[in-house]
Amino acid sequence: MKKVLALMLICVMLLCCACGGEKVSVEDLELTGTYTKDLAGTTLNVFNWGEYISDGSEGSLDVNALFEELTGIKVNYTTYDSNEAMYGKMAGGAVAYDVIIPSDYMIARMIGEDMLQPIDISKIDNYGNIDPAYHGQYFDPEDQYSVPYTVGMVGLIYNTELVEEAPTSWSAMWDERYADDILTFNNPRDAFAIAQFLIGVSLNTTDLTEWDAAAAKLKEQAPLLQGRVMDEVFNKMEGGNAALAPYYAGDFLTMYDVNEDLAFVYPAEGTNIFVDSMCIPANAQNYEAALMYINFMLEKEIATAVAEYICYASPNLAVRNNPDYSLADSEVLYPAAEDMPHTEYFHDLDPAVRSYYEKLWEEILREFAQ
Amino acid sequence: MKQRRSYAQVLINAPYLLWAAIFILVPLFIVAYYAFTDASGAFTMANIKELANYKQTFWISIKYALIATAITFVIAYPFAYFMSKKSAAKQQMMMLLVMLPMWMNLLIRTYSWMNILERNGIINNLLGMMGLGPWKMIGTAGAVILGMVYNYLPYMILPIYTIMSKIDNSLLEAADDLGAHSFAKLRHIIWPLSLPGVISGIAMVFVPSISTFYISQKLGGGKIMLIGDTIERQIQTAYNYNLGAAISLVLMVFVLISMAVMNRFADDDGEGGGMIV
Repeated sequence: MKKVLALMLICVMLLCCACGGEKVSVEDLELTGTYTKDLAGTTLNVFNWGEYISDGSEGSLDVNALFEELTGIKVNYTTYDSNEAMYGKMAGGAVAYDVIIPSDYMIARMIGEDMLQPIDISKIDNYGNIDPAYHGQYFDPEDQYSVPYTVGMVGLIYNTELVEEAPTSWSAMWDERYADDILTFNNPRDAFAIAQFLIGVSLNTTDLTEWDAAAAKLKEQAPLLQGRVMDEVFNKMEGGNAALAPYYAGDFLTMYDVNEDLAFVYPAEGTNIFVDSMCIPANAQNYEAALMYINFMLEKEIATAVAEYICYASPNLAVRNNPDYSLADSEVLYPAAEDMPHTEYFHDLDPAVRSYYEKLWEEILREFAQ
Repeated sequence: MKQRRSYAQVLINAPYLLWAAIFILVPLFIVAYYAFTDASGAFTMANIKELANYKQTFWISIKYALIATAITFVIAYPFAYFMSKKSAAKQQMMMLLVMLPMWMNLLIRTYSWMNILERNGIINNLLGMMGLGPWKMIGTAGAVILGMVYNYLPYMILPIYTIMSKIDNSLLEAADDLGAHSFAKLRHIIWPLSLPGVISGIAMVFVPSISTFYISQKLGGGKIMLIGDTIERQIQTAYNYNLGAAISLVLMVFVLISMAVMNRFADDDGEGGGMIV
C-alpha cells in the first residue's frame, strides 16, 4: 500500500513539473528572421556572462530551448563571471566557442589579437533592430565583429534613510559623515574609475602620474569604507546595511524591487558605460549556426524577454518600442537626452599600464588591511 | 628486511602512485616553475623579491590563524572531554550535532554569517529591540576570526574526542585511588594521552585558517587581506600567475615547517601523533 502511495506521489510530482507554467512554443512567436533546420543535430557552443539570459526561470522565456526547438541545433550554454576569466579560457585555446558576449574593451583586445572573426551581417535580417546610436563604436568602428547585446552604466545607489541629502557627486563616497557605510567595487579598474572621474582624468589615461593621483584619492577613501564588494552588494544594499554603493543601473532595479528606500543617481562628474556585444571567435566550429543564434537573439520577443529578465538597458529598438516591455520608461536605464550623464568607455590598456595600476591597487589593499 | 614486492602489489599501488604523481607532484612543480619565472617564461627572482612587500599580509594571516586555532582549542578540548564521558547514545547524538553544520557547504555557512553580522543583521536587530547597538561587526578582524572558529571547530573536536574516548578509564580510577586532584589527573594522565589528538586538531584548524580566502572576503568585507586573498587575486583578476605562485610556494613551505615542528612535539611523547603529514 505504501509503495503504491509513493508511486502515486511521484507521478503527481512529475506531472506538476511537466505542466508548471504555460510553456511558450516556437509557434507562438512572431519571428521576423529566417531560420532553417539545415543544421539540425549540430551543436552550438555559447559562452555568456552568468545570469545574462532569459532562461525559463520565474516564468520567463527559455530562450535557448526555443532556439533548439526552432532549428534543431543543440545549444551548449556555459557562463563566466568576468571578461578576464572568459579571455583566459579562450586564450588557453583548449575550448572553441561559437558565440561569446564580451564587453567593449575586451572586444578591442580580442580583435587586436585576431581572436574574433567578421560577422556576415547580410545573413542577420534583424540587424536593423540595433539602435544606430550603437553603430560604429570605438572598439569595432566598421561593425564587423560585434552585434550589441546589452548596454549599462554605473551609477551611485544610495539608501534614502541613511543619507542626509541626496548625493549628486561621487564625492559622497568620500564624505566622512557616511564613514563605515560606504561600499565600493572590489576590482581595480572600476574602483579607480570613480576616483578618476572625481579628479577629472581619463579612465584610460596612460600617464602614470595620473594613476598615482587616483590611487592617492582611493587611499583617502579607504578608512571610510565598510567594504569592497562585487555581488555581495545586492545583499548589503537590499538589507539596508550600507548607505552608498556604486553599481550598475540594471542591478539597481533588481535591488529596488526588494528595498524601496533605495535610490539611484548618475553623478555629475560622469560615469563608466559599457556595451556587451555578441561576437564569433576565430576558432568557432559552427559559424552558420552562430549567425542564426545572433539573429534569433535580436528578435523582438526574444530580446524583450532577455531585457526584462536581466534588467539591463537594451540597444535593440524593437525592444524599446515593444508595448509589452515594462522598463521602456525607466529613467534609470534610458535617461532622457538632457539627463544623459557624461560617459566614458573603458579601453584596453597596454600591459605596462595594467600592471602599474594592479600594483597600486595591491598597495592600497595592503596598506589598509587590518 | 627487504622484501621483493610482487607484481600484484605493484599493480595495486600503481593507480595511487599515478594519482599522486599527476594531481600532487606535477602541480607542485608547476607552482615552483611559475614562482621562478616571469610572464615570458624566463628565469627570475623578481617574484620572490616582491614578497618583501607582503610581510604585513603574512603576519596578519599567521596572527589570525593562531588566534582562531587557540580559540577553537579552548572550546574543543573541554567539550571533547565531557563528550567522551557521556553514555554511548549521548555521544552519538553530540557527534551528530557537531557534524550537522558540515552537511552544508562552507560557502553557504559563511554567507549566512554575513547576514547574521551585518549592520542590519540578526544580531543587531535583536540588540536593537533591547535598545542597544548597532554594533559594528561585519568587516572587522573579529568577524573573520569568528568565521574561522565556527567553520573549523569540528576539525578540532573530532580528533581530540576520538583519542579521549580511547583513554582507559582504569587509569583515571587508579589516579583517584591514589588521591590525585582533578588538575593532577588532567596534567599527568589526560593531557599527555590526548596530545596526539590535540596536535592533529591544531594542524587541521591552523592550515585551512592560514590559507582561507572566502571567509576573509565575505566577513572581512574585502578589507582584510590574508595570504589566501592575495593569491586568489593574483591568479583570478590580476593575471600575475608568477607572483601568485611565489606566494603559494612560501605559504606551502611555511605550512610544512609548522607541521614538522608540531610532529616533533608529538614524537617526543612517543605516541606518534601527527596523523596529518
